[in-house]
Amino acid sequence: MSAPYSPSELLICLASRLMEDGATAFIGTGIPMLAASLAQRRHAPNLIPVFEFGGTGAQIDKLPLAVGDMRTFHRAIAASGICDIMETAQRGFIEYGFLGGAQIDAFGNLNTTHIGPRENFKVRLPGSGGGNDVGSLCWRTIAIMRHDKRRFVPRIDFLTTPGYLTGPGAREAAGLPSGTGPHRVVTNLCVMDYPEATRRMRVIALNPGVTIDEVRANTGFELDVADTLPANDGPGEDELRILREVVDPDGLYR
Amino acid sequence: MKSGPDVLRVTARGEAPLLQPPDLEAFRAHNRAKDKRLVPKLTTGSQAIDKFVRNGQYLGFELYGSVRCPMTLTRDLIRSGKRGFSIAGQGVHEADLLLAAGLVERIDFTYIGMEVYGVSDIVRRACEPGGTVRDIVEWSNGALTWRFKAASMGVPFLPTYSMLGTDTFRHSAAVAVECPFTHKPVALLPALILDVGFIHVARADEFGNCQIDGVSGFAFEMARACKRLIVSAEEIVSTDRIRDQPDRTIIPYYLVDAVVHAPFGSWPGEMAGYYERDEEHYRAFIETSHSKEATDAYLREWVTGLSGHAELMEKVGTARLEKLRVKGGRR
Repeated sequence: MSAPYSPSELLICLASRLMEDGATAFIGTGIPMLAASLAQRRHAPNLIPVFEFGGTGAQIDKLPLAVGDMRTFHRAIAASGICDIMETAQRGFIEYGFLGGAQIDAFGNLNTTHIGPRENFKVRLPGSGGGNDVGSLCWRTIAIMRHDKRRFVPRIDFLTTPGYLTGPGAREAAGLPSGTGPHRVVTNLCVMDYPEATRRMRVIALNPGVTIDEVRANTGFELDVADTLPANDGPGEDELRILREVVDPDGLYR
Repeated sequence: MKSGPDVLRVTARGEAPLLQPPDLEAFRAHNRAKDKRLVPKLTTGSQAIDKFVRNGQYLGFELYGSVRCPMTLTRDLIRSGKRGFSIAGQGVHEADLLLAAGLVERIDFTYIGMEVYGVSDIVRRACEPGGTVRDIVEWSNGALTWRFKAASMGVPFLPTYSMLGTDTFRHSAAVAVECPFTHKPVALLPALILDVGFIHVARADEFGNCQIDGVSGFAFEMARACKRLIVSAEEIVSTDRIRDQPDRTIIPYYLVDAVVHAPFGSWPGEMAGYYERDEEHYRAFIETSHSKEATDAYLREWVTGLSGHAELMEKVGTARLEKLRVKGGRR
């Protein structure tokens, strides 16, 4: 029985549990930062967070507000620049990349560029930033998303960051490094993977109290489902305590 | 003797215009003609802009988000009345102000937003159909930086795997070819040479030797990809101080055309080792970004209605600025 928690606290805990001790992880603004900080203080003290503008191996003390701020290289191993970080990813040194977006499709392709058609879009979003590089160059990417039909769409309006593109083999055919691609999607409803045979999203675990029908009702495309569906543990008391008291005591992201 | 076709096979071509085609021969000639003598270059932002910036040029700014952006120089640029610029849209806060002031017509766009605060309404008004920006060309952050790196290497392009297979590639000006060595597709990024670059650094001497504390972002590459480079610095130090730690000199003087002394030159953003972001002002700015009227009023209050950096500092107030200082001072 776990204590009451918010949807974002659940997302942070689920993402944090995917971060292994000793792994390199490309960390962007927001939930990935909290998840990395929580992981460092709990099960992965030697997690190496890598930040776009040069911070490698920071001990995340205060939560960063920007991907280049002082907190991204607090007691870090190195403070270099964006070329070093992106080239490190391109050479195959970065295992995990965390991504988000306004839209995602069944193959894990992400849109952060605009909503609506190119010629007459309705909303200009911030753009690729490092997202495309992370999705192209890290070994395994993990998308963290709020789960609804506006976000999980059959066809994204703009393919900013590559998932599996059009299916198995498409990344390699486009020239992207082989063996790379989306690994997991973590949402407020469930966790999904991309089996090799289809490279389409498949539900592999449900969040506490969530049914598969609820997941389907909030997804704009046909979802594959694993044979057995374990339930994810909600945030444990120790996770919530560290998150609230140590990681984000000011409640910046609550 | 190897046989086979002797042309690179193009596998995909970005459809967007190349806003600033690289002319490496002209760049070499420009760099040859640049004065290499150690001459003092201390000046004010407005004088430097008056001398080196012209309407319609292609400009670039470092760094990103609210971190070490050349905000003092950006405000001076807005006050100068010059306009019609193309920009590398890789900074954030300064790009927002330039877009709000209507000075930008074309963008090589990678990211302009509010990071944790999300989409920028200023970007939306300027870039959505009917806005003041005419051309938007998409790139990834790595790609835009490698374009500076190509220019800094003095070569016309660099290959990368980034952007392949995506709409980001399709709406860029990159070209994908079959690599002559691996025989797999690779994206070629055209070198990007700036007419004028703006960088805020921790310390510089009067000749323009610059050092940066903390992450260096893309200062190394961008400084070497500019025809003209205007730097502002938190501190002006002696050349002896620079020579004490030459390994820290990320920008040597001969790249620099003007040096501006601007303490709190990244305000309301942060400066590693000097001061934290002014969160209160930053949030207030974001509030004003939601409507054009409020944004215009913000620009009048904080930019065009002030004579320059000194008056801005007075308006913000010493007490408030001191509160932002990193404890223990500069490292």
